[in-house]
Amino acid sequence: MIVLRRLATALPVIAGVIVVTFLLTRALPGDPAVYFAGPAATSQAIEEIRHRLGFDRTLPVQFLDYLQRLAHGDLGTSLTTGQPVTTELLTRLPASAELMLLALCLAIEIAVPLGIAAAMRPGSPVDHACRVVTTAGVSLPTFFTGLLLVYVFYYLLGVAPAPLGRLDVFDSAPPQHSGFYLIDSLLAGDFETFRAALGQLVLPAATMAIFTLAPLARITRAAMLGALGSEFIRTARASGLARHRIVFVYAFRNAVLPVITTLGMVFSFMLGANVLVEKVFAWPGLGSYAVEALIASDYAPVQGFVLMMALLYVLLNLVIDLVYGLVDPRVRLEA
Amino acid sequence: MSVTFKLRKDAKFHDGTPVTAKDVKWSFDRAVTVGGAPTFQMAAGSMQKPEQFVAVDDYTFRIDFLRKDKLTMPDLTVPSAAVINSELAKKHATDKDPWAMDWLKNNEAGGGAFRVEKWTPGQELIYQRFDDWKSGPVPKIQRVIWRIVPSAGNRRALIERGDADISVDLPPKDVAEMANDKKLTVVGSLIESALIYLSMNVKIPPFDNVKVRQAVAYAIPYQKIMDAAMFGRGKPMFGGPGEVTRTEWPQPTPYVTDLAKAKQLLVEAGLPDGFETTLSFDLGYAVTQEPLCVLVQESLAQIGIRVTLNKVPGANWRAEFSKKTLPLLANVFGAWLDFPEYFFYWNYHGQNSLFNDMSYQNPAMDKLIDAARFETDPKKYDEEVEGFITIAFDDVPRIPLFQPWLDVAMQKNVTGYRYWFHRQLDYRQLAKT
Repeated sequence: MIVLRRLATALPVIAGVIVVTFLLTRALPGDPAVYFAGPAATSQAIEEIRHRLGFDRTLPVQFLDYLQRLAHGDLGTSLTTGQPVTTELLTRLPASAELMLLALCLAIEIAVPLGIAAAMRPGSPVDHACRVVTTAGVSLPTFFTGLLLVYVFYYLLGVAPAPLGRLDVFDSAPPQHSGFYLIDSLLAGDFETFRAALGQLVLPAATMAIFTLAPLARITRAAMLGALGSEFIRTARASGLARHRIVFVYAFRNAVLPVITTLGMVFSFMLGANVLVEKVFAWPGLGSYAVEALIASDYAPVQGFVLMMALLYVLLNLVIDLVYGLVDPRVRLEA
Repeated sequence: MSVTFKLRKDAKFHDGTPVTAKDVKWSFDRAVTVGGAPTFQMAAGSMQKPEQFVAVDDYTFRIDFLRKDKLTMPDLTVPSAAVINSELAKKHATDKDPWAMDWLKNNEAGGGAFRVEKWTPGQELIYQRFDDWKSGPVPKIQRVIWRIVPSAGNRRALIERGDADISVDLPPKDVAEMANDKKLTVVGSLIESALIYLSMNVKIPPFDNVKVRQAVAYAIPYQKIMDAAMFGRGKPMFGGPGEVTRTEWPQPTPYVTDLAKAKQLLVEAGLPDGFETTLSFDLGYAVTQEPLCVLVQESLAQIGIRVTLNKVPGANWRAEFSKKTLPLLANVFGAWLDFPEYFFYWNYHGQNSLFNDMSYQNPAMDKLIDAARFETDPKKYDEEVEGFITIAFDDVPRIPLFQPWLDVAMQKNVTGYRYWFHRQLDYRQLAKT
């Protein structure tokens, strides 16, 4: 029930996104007809192309046409690549998702223990280390961290593979099931491809993790400080409960709610940072696709990308709400 | 008037069908019919109607000329005049799409030494050698993997680490440094009929005054641009002789950096205190155009011309400069067909094409360009070409800066690189030892 009700509230958001992206792409400066007519086009050729693309009709007519095709799951065709947008988005989504999820796991694994350790001993060297890591994480732009990592680990040390996307040029992709190379290669029992895919993932995932772990570590530290200072913890201590039980069961469970909220926000920041990281590592994901399309004023992929992102956000928020319910009984009771 | 071609009898398309005259006719009919770039390019060589193309028999093909045009034969060598496997393509044609444009967007139906094995738009292209190719020695390379690497820094890292055999489209600074290091083979070839230039819109005051235009031409920091923006990777197009005595294009203008003279010309133009203007450039070429424009801005400030830079994103650039409302802009032009009158027809002629970004119209120049286009007397031709180049330098609506190089970096064990006018790599002669 709660899932259905949450989904129903998302409908107006999606409708709004459809209208706004349609209008925004039309409001972009630049003229796709001129762009695609080629360098030597006459004004007649430009008009021909404008007509063929349907850009000479009124906005409401174009919008209805867009809605009609959208209802059939048709997001249109990209003018730059000549491919259907739906297919391209679906083939590129796993590349981005695999990278983001791995980066997120990496960030959580470092940030949460670091935050807890810092909160337990405020002012100690661990706390200072936490401060340095988080400050560095927020202040280093992702493309810079990315290029730096490539320079050190690929160019100077030669330990990382060439920054050429998901697999080395001579490796072939594992048979497609989930689109996640790590999972697909394991399903196929192909450990060599697994290792190769993981190798390619390490640097871009580390780049994104460095950027995401900062807010996570800070919020974990702050929430834990709050929880550890509260009265029920004092009571637990006074009652002589074991230390790990106090920290992990009583304090951390209460501190985890703001961490989950931040996780949702961080995930949306990652979608943005993704664009730059994908550029640096020639990653065939959604971000680089959307930017290429935006630069060429290619409407269909931009609209498709924004719509897909909106759907992902809705889904993400739903998942976070459900996780809340699992962690905090109060949320469940209110529902 | 016509030209007749005898086709090789052993030529095959990639699916094994023989290449015949009807394939050539279908492909050329298609090129002149479908509109857009191919139709336009074929028309540049006076090929405009399907009736001009005749398949005499299976291995004889004739083109009937509309007029005597020296561009017809060179125009047959450009990519627009490619020969398509017509039987294969026709199988995928529909009533709405009689020339199979949609199918050919994603599928290959051609011949030649390499066939496309895999294509992922915007990422990767893989070629496989076609062993039944008979039009030359068998290529040494069996498989070519062509990857797009968006970050210029990584392109350099890949070639320096030896993970790429050959790399193109590198920033001039990287190319200059790699050429110095001598660890890689770096080849720079002049791109024919190509120019990087500044244009002034002669319809927008004060650029309607020839003295103002000459003042600007004398205030450009030419050598600084060559050193600090291009790192020497281009051929200077300034400091030439005062008189035009050659028909070669591009050739150096008589202008040099001379601020005193520029100031003097501004005074003569009645603008002793200078003026304000905007200099626009394409962000798509920011690597070289941005430092170039900053240097121009600095130098013009010294004679009182206050310049604001206007950075235009790549997608908008063509739409912006085709409106012809930009007073001053930095731009690039390159022509496939290397004839001065062809370059001038698109750039300086009063027909005012998209590329005439100066909105320059001068009947005396048009007359010379039109005459040279179909001139048969070599002596007269020279006079006409030298004539319009002289006008272009005296009137100076556009200031040529330099002719760019096509730079390619490759590993020491790669041999057989060849420059082509279409600026693409030719894999047929390349070899790795």
